[in-house]
This record gives sequence, C-alpha cells and structure tokens, in this order.
Amino acid sequence: MVARKALGAEGESFEIDIERGKIDEFARAVHATHPHHFNGREVVIPATFLTTMFFWEKRVPGSNPWDLIKMSEERGMHAEQEYIFHGPPPKAGDRLIASSTITELYDKERRSGGTLTFVKMTTAFRDPETGHLRAEAILTGVERQ
Amino acid sequence: MSAQLPASGSLGPLSRTDFVRYQGASGDMNPVHHDETFAVNAGFPAPLAVGMFTAGALNAWATDALGPENVRRTRIRWKKPCFPGTTLTFSGTVERTYDHEGETRIDVALTATDQEGDVAVFSWMTFVCP
Repeated sequence: MVARKALGAEGESFEIDIERGKIDEFARAVHATHPHHFNGREVVIPATFLTTMFFWEKRVPGSNPWDLIKMSEERGMHAEQEYIFHGPPPKAGDRLIASSTITELYDKERRSGGTLTFVKMTTAFRDPETGHLRAEAILTGVERQ
Repeated sequence: MSAQLPASGSLGPLSRTDFVRYQGASGDMNPVHHDETFAVNAGFPAPLAVGMFTAGALNAWATDALGPENVRRTRIRWKKPCFPGTTLTFSGTVERTYDHEGETRIDVALTATDQEGDVAVFSWMTFVCP
C-alpha cells in the first residue's frame, strides 16, 4: 500500500548542471542523431534527458520525495512520464535548480476488480538567477492493490 | 513550415548492450534491465527493456526530424514490455497545427510497435514550428 500521507511532500532542492559530455552520452544511448545534440554553439538536450536528474538528486539527501510513497516493487510500475518545456529546452552550460513534490494521489477501480492507486510527482526546473520556470517533469507511478 | 515526420523508422533488434548503455547514461541501474538471474527470478523471460530507453528512442526519432530545440512537451505511456530481440517500428502523425502566443505549434502522436503489431509505447509531443 502506498503511504497516502506523502501527498504534498516536497523534497530538498538540488542543482543540475547541463553538461555537453552527458548530452552526447545520453543522445547516443537513445539513438538520437540530430547534430544539435553533438556540435555547434548551442548543444541541446534530448526530449527525455532530464531523467538524468537521478545523478544530481543523489547528491542531496531528502531531495526525492518519491521514496516516501513506499510503492511496492512487485505491484508498482512507471505508468507515464511527461516533460514540459517553457521555452527552448535546456542546453549545455545551463544550470538549473530542481525541486520535486508529490502532487497527486488517487484511486481508480479496475473493471476486472481491484483498485489501482496512481501517484504523480512533479519536478520543477528553474533558472537559479531569475527563478523562471524552465521545465517540468511529471512522473506517474501506479500500484495494483 | 510544413512539419514532416518520416513515414516510419525502426529500432532493433534491441540488445542487452542497448539497455546497459542507456542505464549508464540515465543513472537508472535497476538490475531487472541487465541481470539475467534477477530478471528471471522476477518472472521475466529475459532482462526487460528500460521503458525510458524505448520512449527516449521514439522521441529521438521525432526530434531528429523536427529539431530538438523545438520540443515543448512530451508525454509518454507504456503499453507492453520489450525484451532483447524486439524490433520496434516508429510512426507518427501530426494531429493539430495551431497558434500559441504568437508562434505556430504542432501536436504529434507517436507509436512504437513491436514485430507482433502491438504498441509498446505511445507518446504525444508538441513542437514549435521554426
């Protein structure tokens, strides 16, 4: 059972440096071939690149409130993922400040019986100087009850 | 601009090396995607493809055509697991062209379909037309 009291939980904020070498490595791993991931004045991230926030949140204890959900490893799964960019996606050399919040938790009855519990975590990526919202990542997990 | 996606694309046959390379790049080191013994004990016939790998490749197929700097949104939903040996066919359609705060945007609907004809990944993306 997911821990319902985790709804609204907010993690510590953490810094992300968008690195050219990481963009190159990630772009090759998803078989992206567009030259703007590899060369030129502005090296742009692949659409799903912000998943590499894994590396950065590990540096800050308490940054990932998903742990508080305690979703079952056997009955839980990654159901949906969304990235929203408010303007052009980040590029190599950008620094972002991210923070994650458990934003939704709800049940759906299955037609076949039983209940599915959905949990959403939204991570906001902001410009550290201006506070401008650059991007959002929305993770949806589901657990069969 | 007349935004165009290619008629189709393909990826595969997927290999364990694809999964390992993606895991190293992304930081998701869940053993179910590379450790044969772990995967079999978890009830799978072989290591499971990383969902964010197949989704990332589907999105890369679209951004290769429409420009990575033009992406404004992607939403991904998984329908069926993939395993080593799976070959995916990518296809997509432009669903809508519209004005958003003075710029032209398009919404595209994408699918990655396996060799049995089943959809493994859906994605909906929004692009700015340059």
